[in-house]
Amino acid sequence: MSKWFANGVDRTRNSWVRPLVTCALLMLAIVIGDCRTVSALPTSKVMAIPAFARKYGLPCSACHTAWPELNNFGMVFRDNGYQLMNDRDSLIWQNPSYFPISFRITPNWHRESTSDQQVDSTPNGTGPNNVTVSRNVTQAAFDLSGMDLWSAGTIYKNISFVLLPSSDPTAVWHFESAFLRFDNIKGSSWLNFKFGRFELDNLISEKRFLFLSANGGIYQTYHFNVPGSTNDFGIGDNQIGVELMGHNVDSSTRYSIALLSSNEGGTNLTESNLPGGLPSNRSFDGYMAFTKSFNAGSWGYEEFQAYAYVGQRGTYYQTTSASGTPVPLVALGNEPFYRVGFAGQLHFKNLELLPYFMHGHDNAYLGAGVPDTMSLPVGAKAPTFNGGFIEGQYFVNPQLVFFGRFEKIDVGQQAFVNEGSVPGNYGDVTAYSVGYRWYPIMFSRGGVAWHNEYSITKSIGIVPLSADGSGLPPLLPTDGVWSSSVFIGFDFDF
Amino acid sequence: MTLKNFAVTFVLGSMALVTVGATSMRAQSHVNSPDPALGAPSVDTEESHIGNLTGHAAAGKILYRRFCIGCHGPDGNGEGMNAQWIDPKPRDFTEATFKCRSTPTGTLPTDDDLYNAITRGFVTTNMPSWRPLTPQERANLVAFVKTWSPRWAKEKPGTPLTIPPETAITIDSILRGRQTFQRLECWKCHGPQGHGDGPSASTLTDDKGNPIRPYDFSSGSRFMCGVTNQDLYRIFMTGLDGSPMPSFADVVKPDEAWDLVHFLRTLQPLKTQEAALWQTYKAAHGADIKPIGPDPATGAQ
Repeated sequence: MSKWFANGVDRTRNSWVRPLVTCALLMLAIVIGDCRTVSALPTSKVMAIPAFARKYGLPCSACHTAWPELNNFGMVFRDNGYQLMNDRDSLIWQNPSYFPISFRITPNWHRESTSDQQVDSTPNGTGPNNVTVSRNVTQAAFDLSGMDLWSAGTIYKNISFVLLPSSDPTAVWHFESAFLRFDNIKGSSWLNFKFGRFELDNLISEKRFLFLSANGGIYQTYHFNVPGSTNDFGIGDNQIGVELMGHNVDSSTRYSIALLSSNEGGTNLTESNLPGGLPSNRSFDGYMAFTKSFNAGSWGYEEFQAYAYVGQRGTYYQTTSASGTPVPLVALGNEPFYRVGFAGQLHFKNLELLPYFMHGHDNAYLGAGVPDTMSLPVGAKAPTFNGGFIEGQYFVNPQLVFFGRFEKIDVGQQAFVNEGSVPGNYGDVTAYSVGYRWYPIMFSRGGVAWHNEYSITKSIGIVPLSADGSGLPPLLPTDGVWSSSVFIGFDFDF
Repeated sequence: MTLKNFAVTFVLGSMALVTVGATSMRAQSHVNSPDPALGAPSVDTEESHIGNLTGHAAAGKILYRRFCIGCHGPDGNGEGMNAQWIDPKPRDFTEATFKCRSTPTGTLPTDDDLYNAITRGFVTTNMPSWRPLTPQERANLVAFVKTWSPRWAKEKPGTPLTIPPETAITIDSILRGRQTFQRLECWKCHGPQGHGDGPSASTLTDDKGNPIRPYDFSSGSRFMCGVTNQDLYRIFMTGLDGSPMPSFADVVKPDEAWDLVHFLRTLQPLKTQEAALWQTYKAAHGADIKPIGPDPATGAQ
């Protein structure tokens, strides 16, 4: 073996052999050793927001198919305001040392590779012969995910809360979610009122799904806007406002009506929840969702949801030029857009299928990117798209899940600024993801998941809408940009 | 190490980890089956029958691992990892002793009793309502719970108690029930006002020796075994096996039992017909009402 290290040529030739042999020997050792040593690993417990498990003593698999995704019991628990409704939900029943807080972060190794990127042909872009060429850009490194610092539960019986400061990998923090909820108003589960920043009542939650890689770590459809449109809405983004929500005793029938600021969940009167965004407008959006599930016997419940989001975004700003440069003050000239569609959560014993469809439509002024005080350019049309995905999950047991997803977005009508200059499929997206999560440790007070995922996204003429937002458009609008992610990491929750 | 080499190592390494994990989980997270030599029903064949549903223990075993193992444990003996923090303690299925039954004390409950318990949960305990599971899944769990004890192979469930139609709710019925409450010495545990603070309350333990508190009627919460007057009737006529609450079926006639139900309702801070009648009576005859509790002349308890 020492020759392999000494001989660079041989090292390359044998590069596939050594890891294979190493891993084969490792597995052989495990089998021969009858797993006595590894069996000492603590494994049998499950967890979710571990603060809840600490409070109630339930295994995390009680609320989660595979954390963080909720099962039906977990959804009912959430709909009840994080209460089991056992007359012991109020914090006054808890040991004074109990504090409802949880941490989640994912140390990982990931590899991102994107095709058709505009790069310089010479090192550092220097020299008279430097030109822009189309090449693959590949990056790989050990890394950290962002960190969630969950605090959630009940302040008193039927008064619940969530406070979720969240950071990016460099510890820039924002409030991902923060709300107070008054539950079971007048003793009715049909009346629950929420105030603050929260996730929309999406049957298929992007905040609780199983994907973590840059390309797979978002539902493309949840954040898509037709290229060129000035709309910034994403149904997967937490919004800020109020929500009236209700459900029956087992949450087989649910509704949600929300009134939201037209600022994409922004705080401090900005368009973004992160500091430095442009000022927001003063109007409101509305979201409605109705969910119904049916008992399919031993298969489980089959759930269906119809939803609609109707909103508006400004087309220009009121500004001041007192300092010499126009400074935006308030977004004005609101023009509408909407998103409608349906979702499903279908159970077939250990197999779960999640179909989703969305139709998106923006006003022509948003598509043209001109103030609505002006006339629309000749030929301006309202951009539209249809998007959706089908996701599959197979639960070998509560501690091992395999998952995959196919997603497709088709731009029906190009935004005006692109009309005529780009092909009809400009902006179309196709995405695939596969992976598995294994939960070797699932205590009721914390959990670890070993996460492996491969995701790949193809977008026509634009940079893929990956979770990290990196990349550049290709040289030609007809080029399909492939972006792939490999993600391997330990996802842990305490 | 090249990038490709590194990736291959990671992928193969993760496969090795999964192999480790699969074996480890089999060793650690497996729900044990009772020793067949004990004569318990087989997981492969045991069924439950609830209405038109037939539950299967084998399917229930998978659900047990997901939902129940943390408290009731891999051996069904109530010694799950979380049990040490839970009060009252989780049920020990190996004893096949259940509080909420429709059957006489000392007998096995019916499948419906177990199904209703899983569906309803137990208020003021860590056992939640499992109504979010489908009826079939709950029936499967009932079938599996019956595989933990050989009693289920050797005995039949008791004959469910027949509850006669409820008698009229009158002040006379309430007063008779009050006398029964005094005569049966319910106050010794539940307290004269039903606050769960009777003289014996602090000494009570369940059949495992764990301290147990009598029901506090003034809390206004649901009963552990139901919410209706019929449920209340059933509770003290069948008793709560495994707890100090005995069955009064042998000493209370049906009419007396309904009188007692009507009185017990007056101890709850709820807007019930019984409470309204009692408040009216108390306003008019408060001075004549003899307090519940030990005889003031002798002090005997």
